[in-house]
Amino acid sequence: MTEISHHIPEDILDTYRAGTLPHAFGVVVAAHLSLCDECRARQEAGDMIGGALLSRAEGAALRPDARDRIMAALDAPPPPPPIRGSGVFPAPVMAELGGRPPRWRMLGGGIRQQILSADREGSLRLLYIPPGKAVPEHGHRGLELTLVLQGSFSDSEGAFHRGDVETAHDAIDHQPVAGPGAPCICLAATDAPLRFNALVPRLLQPIFRI
Amino acid sequence: MKNELSDLARDLIAVRDARDRAAFGRLFDHFAPRLKAMLLRGGLRDGSAEDVVQDVMLAVWHKAAQFDPHRADAAAWIYGIARNRRIDMARRRPLAQPEEMPEIESLEPDAAQILALQQEAAQLGAALSRLAPEQADALRAAYFDDIPHSRISEMTGLPLGTIKSRIRLGLDRLRHELRKIAP
Ligand SMILES: [Zn+2]
Repeated sequence: MTEISHHIPEDILDTYRAGTLPHAFGVVVAAHLSLCDECRARQEAGDMIGGALLSRAEGAALRPDARDRIMAALDAPPPPPPIRGSGVFPAPVMAELGGRPPRWRMLGGGIRQQILSADREGSLRLLYIPPGKAVPEHGHRGLELTLVLQGSFSDSEGAFHRGDVETAHDAIDHQPVAGPGAPCICLAATDAPLRFNALVPRLLQPIFRI
Repeated sequence: MKNELSDLARDLIAVRDARDRAAFGRLFDHFAPRLKAMLLRGGLRDGSAEDVVQDVMLAVWHKAAQFDPHRADAAAWIYGIARNRRIDMARRRPLAQPEEMPEIESLEPDAAQILALQQEAAQLGAALSRLAPEQADALRAAYFDDIPHSRISEMTGLPLGTIKSRIRLGLDRLRHELRKIAP
C-alpha cells in the first residue's frame, strides 16, 4: 500500500462518527477508511473512549425475559454477509454499485462517469479520466470530497494518488488533470450540483445530473 | 498468552472461535445492562432500549469473527457495534461502513500487542476518572449519552463553542495521559 498523504479532515471525520454526515460524503469517508489505517485507527480510538465509559457505567435492570430471548435468538440464521470490495473498489463503493462493476456513461473526451446517488443532500459519482486528460473545469458551491481509487490526478492543491482525498470548499476553481499511467478513477461527493463551466450549459445540468 | 486477556476478551474469543454459548451468556450479563443504561441516557424508551440491546448483542454473536483483540478490547468493540446501531436508527439510510477487516486466519496472537492494548484501555479508564468534571461530563454526553452537541448546549445553557472546546480539552488531556504511559 502506498503512503496516503491527503486524509479526511478531522471535522468531517467527527461528523461521520456522529452519524450525521449526508450519505454521499459518508460513502467517501467509509471508502477512505477502508484504505487508510491512520484514519481508521483514529476512529477506533474513539470507540476505546466509548468502551471505557461503557465499562464504567452502572447497568440498568433488564426485563426478566431478556436473557431467554437472546439465547433463543442465537439459532436464527445469520444476516447475509455485507458486500465485499472488488478490484479497485472498496466495499462501501461496491455496495453503492449493487455489487456489480460500474456502468459508465460517456461524457466526451474519453471521460466517463456513473452517478451512484443523488438527492437533495448531495450527489455521489464515479469518474473515469484517461491519463493526461483534464476533468472539465468546474466551480462549486459548498463542499466536495474526491477520493482517488486508481491512477492519480493533480491540480493546484497537489498530487493525489490511490487513497488520497481532496477536500474542496466554496468557490475553489481547481483544474484536476489525470496523471500518466492507469486511467484515474475517483469517487466524488458534492453537496451541490456541479457547474461544469465548459461542457454543458447550466440549464441542462439537472437533466444530465452532473 | 491467555493470561494477557481480560475475562471479557477471552469470552468474546470463545464465542468467535467455538460459538461458546456459556461465554456469550456471560458477555450478555455484563454488557446488556450497561448498553441499556447507555441507550436510556440517549433518550430511548424502556421498550425500545430493550429491543436495541437484543439487536446489538445478537450482532455481537454474528459478527464475533470480526473481533480482533489486537485492535480493540471487548468493551470498545461492542460499543462500536452499539454506536453504529444507534446511528442507523436515526438516519434515513444506513451510514456507509468501511470494509470489514480481514477475518483472523492465524491463531497466533501477538501477546505483547494485546497486552499493550489492554493496558491502554485500563489506563484510559483511569485517566477518565482524573478528568476535570466538566470535561468528563462533556465526553460522557458525546460518547456515552450520544447527545448532539447542539442539544447539550440547549440543556446546559452553555454556548456550542464551549461544549466543543470542553470535549476537545478532555480528549487532549486523555491523549496526554496516555502518552505518559506509552512505552
Ligand atoms: Zn486517512
